[in-house]
Amino acid sequence: MKIAVLVKQVPDTYGDRRMDPATRTVDRGSADPVIDEINERAVEAALQIKEAGDGVTVTAVTMGPVRAVEALRKALAMGADSAVHICDDTLAGSDAMQTSEVLAAALAGRDFDLVIAGNESTDGRTAAVPAMLAERLGMAQLTFLRTVTVSGGSVSGERMTGNGYVEAQAPLPAVVSVTEQSAEPRFPKFRGIMAAKKKPLQTLTLAELGLPGGEAGGENSWSRVLDVTARPARTAGTVVTDDGTAGTQVAEYLAAAKLI
Amino acid sequence: MSQVLVLAEHVQGELKNNVAELLAAAARLGEPAAVVVRQPGTGAQLTARLGELGAAAVYVADVEEADALLVTPQVAALAAAVAAAGDVSAVLVGTSIDSREAAARLAVRLGAAFLSDVVDLAAAPDGVRATQQAFGGAYTVTATAARGIPVISLRPNSVPGTAPAAQAQEIRLAPGPNMAAAARITARHEGQAVSTRPELTAADIVVSGGRGLGSAENFVLVEQLADALGAAVGASRAAVDAGYCAHTMQVGQTGTTVSPNLYLALGISGAIQHRAGMQSAKTIVAINKDPGAPIFEIADFGVVGDVFTVVPQLIEAVNARQAVGSPAG
Amino acid sequence: MARTGTPPTALELFGIDGLLSDDELAIRQTVREYCDGKIRPHLADWFEAGSLPARELARELGSLGALGMHLEGYGCAGMSATAYGLACLELEAADSGIRSLVSVQGSLAMYAIWAYGSEEQKQEWLPRMASGEAIGCFGLTEPDHGSNPSGMRTYAKQDGDDWILNGTKMWITNGSIAQVAVVWAATDDGVRGFVVPTDTPGFSAPEIKKKLSLRASVTSELVLDSVRLPASAMLPEATSLRAPLGCLNEARFGIVFGALGAARECLETATAYAREREVFDKPLAGFQLTQEKLANMALELGKGMLLALHLARLKEQHALAPEQVSLGKLNNVREAIRIARECRTILGANGISLEYPVIRHANNLESVLTYEGTSEVHTLVIGQALTGLPAFR
Repeated sequence: MKIAVLVKQVPDTYGDRRMDPATRTVDRGSADPVIDEINERAVEAALQIKEAGDGVTVTAVTMGPVRAVEALRKALAMGADSAVHICDDTLAGSDAMQTSEVLAAALAGRDFDLVIAGNESTDGRTAAVPAMLAERLGMAQLTFLRTVTVSGGSVSGERMTGNGYVEAQAPLPAVVSVTEQSAEPRFPKFRGIMAAKKKPLQTLTLAELGLPGGEAGGENSWSRVLDVTARPARTAGTVVTDDGTAGTQVAEYLAAAKLI
Repeated sequence: MSQVLVLAEHVQGELKNNVAELLAAAARLGEPAAVVVRQPGTGAQLTARLGELGAAAVYVADVEEADALLVTPQVAALAAAVAAAGDVSAVLVGTSIDSREAAARLAVRLGAAFLSDVVDLAAAPDGVRATQQAFGGAYTVTATAARGIPVISLRPNSVPGTAPAAQAQEIRLAPGPNMAAAARITARHEGQAVSTRPELTAADIVVSGGRGLGSAENFVLVEQLADALGAAVGASRAAVDAGYCAHTMQVGQTGTTVSPNLYLALGISGAIQHRAGMQSAKTIVAINKDPGAPIFEIADFGVVGDVFTVVPQLIEAVNARQAVGSPAG
Repeated sequence: MARTGTPPTALELFGIDGLLSDDELAIRQTVREYCDGKIRPHLADWFEAGSLPARELARELGSLGALGMHLEGYGCAGMSATAYGLACLELEAADSGIRSLVSVQGSLAMYAIWAYGSEEQKQEWLPRMASGEAIGCFGLTEPDHGSNPSGMRTYAKQDGDDWILNGTKMWITNGSIAQVAVVWAATDDGVRGFVVPTDTPGFSAPEIKKKLSLRASVTSELVLDSVRLPASAMLPEATSLRAPLGCLNEARFGIVFGALGAARECLETATAYAREREVFDKPLAGFQLTQEKLANMALELGKGMLLALHLARLKEQHALAPEQVSLGKLNNVREAIRIARECRTILGANGISLEYPVIRHANNLESVLTYEGTSEVHTLVIGQALTGLPAFR
């Protein structure tokens, strides 16, 4: 069985994340790039399936700038067997439609039985790429899972919904995504870190994927960003110290603002 | 006039409460029309109801196992409706997981732009103007569809007002057998007990509790205030991690993003990750015993005090007001 | 233009990361993330309660590869001296007690068996100790013999092929939770080492309470009351006091890095605090006296780091002399405790609270200053190296 795990490098949410109004894209210099935490859970889900089965291989796949290779190294150090890095200068600023097209081109023809992604990245938060990939690859889609189990020719798990969860099952091949409630990712072991260097890591350009470069990147995206403005900082309003009547004061404030 | 298709989500014939807003938003861009996927023999009243909410046309797909198959029936129905309508200027869906994923797949199927989590919409001569927020509201982004029909997921409480009622014409879709490989729901575990409270993402008022509540038992205080206000219940990551409440309630960077009219933060310090999920609320009220809590930097009204004395008094005051008469607005 | 984002840390200002390889950075990162996720959130509670889930931690640290990580073979990770030092630094940035657990396991107990043990002893203990399944301790110090171990009273008497051990060891990290103790005892033939399973009759290890330092660490007394051991329990290659001193040299090397971790944590805490805390309507960090403190601490931290890395590279070339380790231990622990105390002043009253890591590190470093060779002894080692004249007694 062959599993692909999609990983993405994003600005660290603990840092000061900024957008660049001039280029209208994420300012990748403003916060430390790290492997998206949710992708580590995707890697963990894949590794647990690998450890529970025989002959399972895990390939980490990313699309991103040169430094995104660090996200792949981390996946390899955690225990993935090989990695694919789609790296092409023309990809900068791609939207979900373009990203899913490129990823689909990289995944197609490699006979993956299961594609595992995080449910949404912490920078784009579109949560669309896994669904788009299922559509493009003609695979079943089983997303927003907090548990993932493979048995026989199907994958099943608990899918989170707005007010609880459902149990669902899909035939393989399938695209699944995991939520932050899925299994806690392992820490890379020291030996895993050393072994990661010797694992195969393939770097591909758009041309090598057979995709025309003229349709890639922010200038050719399906959705076009016209303007980016930083939101004016929210300023503090009235702050009172409770003198025994603060609960009543809040009610009066809400009533005056016609909120109750 | 070109049509704007709205995916009208419903639970066994009961429309979700974001459908009226989606139709109001659709009216800004063209003629509102609704798309409904239902189990055969159910939801007979949906067309009339959607007409009252402004839909001039209702495309109905009767699909065996509509409730059991994940997302694919909605994608097929939307695609069939776009084909049947001919002139479509946009497709609007809500922000439920199902809706967003159906929209994402539809965009691929149509060769269209996907604009997600939109907070404002307007028509422009060269297409739709969609306003989005990035990094938890720190940036406002204006985007448009460069190619194809824009497929848009609209965040609740973004577009005020309602569309004028219309006489809805019902059009039956025959999307045909579901050809796409699909996931099947085998069991549902969805909160029946808390169904009287509004859904967190769509709620007009959200009351959230943080670590300041101190225990799961004390978290009841948050629920009591929420019930007094008819609000949804949220929580900070710290409260969820401490086991005070369910994970589905988490508001913040890695949880749910909310933008209600009113957000009440009880015993929440306001770490940047929490603020990212709620700072686009129109009014923020915070109660915290620590005067240095960062939540006060963004609160419109803050109380430095003990939640266990302030909140019961607030609940009493709210109940007293509601006993006197129906509030204005 | 106003400064945006966070200014560089002291070690970033020194450009330290440029001296490290990708592997070293990756190992540092994984230890840092482990500490952030599994250790830091609990430290104040562990310290206050004076207890530590040491067995669970040992298994997790073993799973990472942190136990005996600089040793080759027998399930050990075989990492470089620099990688080992960086791991110690990250662990001690969390708490000296956590680093002590790892140091004693890897550099004292495991190293003693690895360097001086028989093949059978290595096979029996090292893989289990590397995985954290078995915890080891190291008994050299005695109640009345700290800096002068040659005066030890613990005595091993031969009885046929067996050995019978009697005596008491003191201040033994991991003692009460260990499955195996490496115990040093005087014999008629000089000091020898013994591998003692802790379930051997006559062995007991009562925990030492009422500590105000290293509270997130298990410290014990070892009592040997006619402990009978077979001949195979003796470490065959350890034939004098040089052997345990060799082990201590290994552990000291980890401290050279580790102490800087404690200092780094204090300095970063104090710097962040000073930038946020306002006095007289401006940030504390904007006052010259504060900046002088921060600048001087940054200098010492950076210099200590350069020294530590230099010693690590020497160790990797098998060119590190014991008196050079003394340079590192004396300087880096001495400067670390100064930094911790100075940071305490920047935090004002908050400096004494367990809500911040500073007082915990300052208190821990009191132990680190003394164990594995006191500052006084390292001073005299350096003095002897410079003059050729021993001045210990």
